[in-house]
Amino acid sequence: MKKLLIALMTTTAALSLAATAEAADKLKACWVYTGPIGDFGYSYQHDQGRLEVEKALGDKVETAYLENVSEGPDADRAFERLAREGCKIIFGTSFGFMDPEVKVAKKFPKVMFEHATGYKTSDNLGIYNARFYEGRYVLGQIAAKESKAGVAGYIVSFPIPEVVMGINSFMLGAQSINPNFKAKIVWVNSWFDPGKEADAAKALFDQGADIIVQHTDSTAALQVAEERKLHGFGQSSDMIKFAPNAQLTSLTDEWGPYYISRVQAALDGTWKPDNVWLGIKDGAVKLAPFTNMPDDVKAMAEATEKKIAGGWNPFTGPVAKQDGTPWLKDGEVADDGTLLGMNFYVKGVDDKLPQ
Amino acid sequence: MDITVNILLTIATAATPLLIAAIGELVVERSGVLNLGVEGMMIMGAVGGFGASYLTGSPWIGLLAAIAMGAVFSLLFAVMTLSLATNQVATGLSLTLLGLGLSGMMGTSFVGQPGERLPNIDIPGLTSIPVIGRLLFGQDPIFYISIALTAAVMWFLFKTRTGLTLRSIGDSHTSAHALGIKVIRYRYLAVIFGGACAGLAGGHLSLVYTPQWVENMSAGRGWIALALVVFASWRPWRVLAGAYIFGAVWIGQLHAQAFGIPVPSQFLSSLPYLATVVVLVLISRNKRLTMMNTPASLGQPFVPDR
Repeated sequence: MKKLLIALMTTTAALSLAATAEAADKLKACWVYTGPIGDFGYSYQHDQGRLEVEKALGDKVETAYLENVSEGPDADRAFERLAREGCKIIFGTSFGFMDPEVKVAKKFPKVMFEHATGYKTSDNLGIYNARFYEGRYVLGQIAAKESKAGVAGYIVSFPIPEVVMGINSFMLGAQSINPNFKAKIVWVNSWFDPGKEADAAKALFDQGADIIVQHTDSTAALQVAEERKLHGFGQSSDMIKFAPNAQLTSLTDEWGPYYISRVQAALDGTWKPDNVWLGIKDGAVKLAPFTNMPDDVKAMAEATEKKIAGGWNPFTGPVAKQDGTPWLKDGEVADDGTLLGMNFYVKGVDDKLPQ
Repeated sequence: MDITVNILLTIATAATPLLIAAIGELVVERSGVLNLGVEGMMIMGAVGGFGASYLTGSPWIGLLAAIAMGAVFSLLFAVMTLSLATNQVATGLSLTLLGLGLSGMMGTSFVGQPGERLPNIDIPGLTSIPVIGRLLFGQDPIFYISIALTAAVMWFLFKTRTGLTLRSIGDSHTSAHALGIKVIRYRYLAVIFGGACAGLAGGHLSLVYTPQWVENMSAGRGWIALALVVFASWRPWRVLAGAYIFGAVWIGQLHAQAFGIPVPSQFLSSLPYLATVVVLVLISRNKRLTMMNTPASLGQPFVPDR
């Protein structure tokens, strides 16, 4: 029974490998996604980046990807298989691929590895990430301006630093407009389950929130906002088609330029493990056009976006932790290390962080 | 009051796909066939329903397409397990894997396209009655189908001769065969009915619950439906109770979180599963009755020897 299951799973995994294996002198660049590329969210955006690589570098590269790879030890096999199949550079696109990638990178010292949103590096493993929190600060400001109740509903997946950082930045943005702004937080313990996300949005609206923010990947929550004639923000890709009257803006990921530069470096032989954290100014984090809001709010959002692009960090003091103890002094800017390991809330967040 | 109505409506939406898929599977299992492909048939129904609705502009056609898609897909399982007598567990699992992959492939061009929601029922004069109006006369059509389906299956299985025959096949296909009952034909019909139900449940996901198509959007609901059938010890009304307990606790825990109750969210997330299992085990604690309701030849291939 168990053997059969494993056999079945490997077959499907093999089928889902979209390989275009041919000439050996081409550089093979490979991607591993945790979700389906059809999620119209996080994995979809990474795959758009892969397609941009194909388009930009043409017949100098061939690409392949594995989708729906579950995070954790199971991912070992995915990376190992790609490495054995001749992939020269492999991008792991989810936080949970960190340890598997570290392990496989050690086994294949000649293969170049890149890992998104993690913090472990080695001689042939670089990391890259996007400063989504920058965009979330702008969302917070818009929410505080646009919410009549002064309460936002925030749908989140898992308590990892990336998500906690996003909540904090959103709250700092909101508090800069309305110091008494509240966010109700619901953890759905899943990156991708449209039904659950819709249910969470309904629950939050029923409890008095009138703006929805999400750190999950589907368009379901925005559709609920559209139905209830309330507002919300999109995530990962521009979701305006799903909520033409509800979407205020969307926090989108643009991985293409980074992927092109890294694959190009691999082609040139200049690739080195990197540690980059790209933000609004690099074009890796983008805000979809500001819609469904008055002009003054739009102007404010654009000004903030510009300020952040100019190098200002939303995590600039004075900022206190949730329990009131000071964290950042006046004018002090949080260092990247603290942000990447963030496991505490700032003052005003009305939730207990799951441990 | 308004919030209570909203919560009840949300619970009904969450429970409906589970109920429909589970009721279909219950009939299949009562005939002695174990189809683990519910998740696969459901997701095929979701993509078929969304696709048809998207291409024709009518969510009603989408609804029919979802049912048809589930039924046709289950036919594959029926041919394999009933005519070719393959292992039901393995075939069912591969049906799920096939459905997840195939639906993703078929749905590529629907990704990122908003769908049209199946409109709620609106009966002038009745729907506007405060509180009960929206609950009784203002929900989506599939909700009413799910309740009617449960009642119909109860009546069919326990009050009709054909239902009795179906159950007898599930208990002992060799005896039924010896009595001259067309075992394979009955099972074919049962499997197709189960597939149609799973397809309809999938259609609910992509036409009502979240009107959109994305890969894997069933997100394990087929497996929950399967579990409900077993824990409900193959009794339709218990499946109904189970689906609604699951839905209620699931929505309740979201509200508890939004309300700020200081309980770890991971625990709250697992609560629907725990609560449903506990309740259904408690109501099924009469061993004799459970034994009586368990289809004795469940999962065994049937090959008539003469």
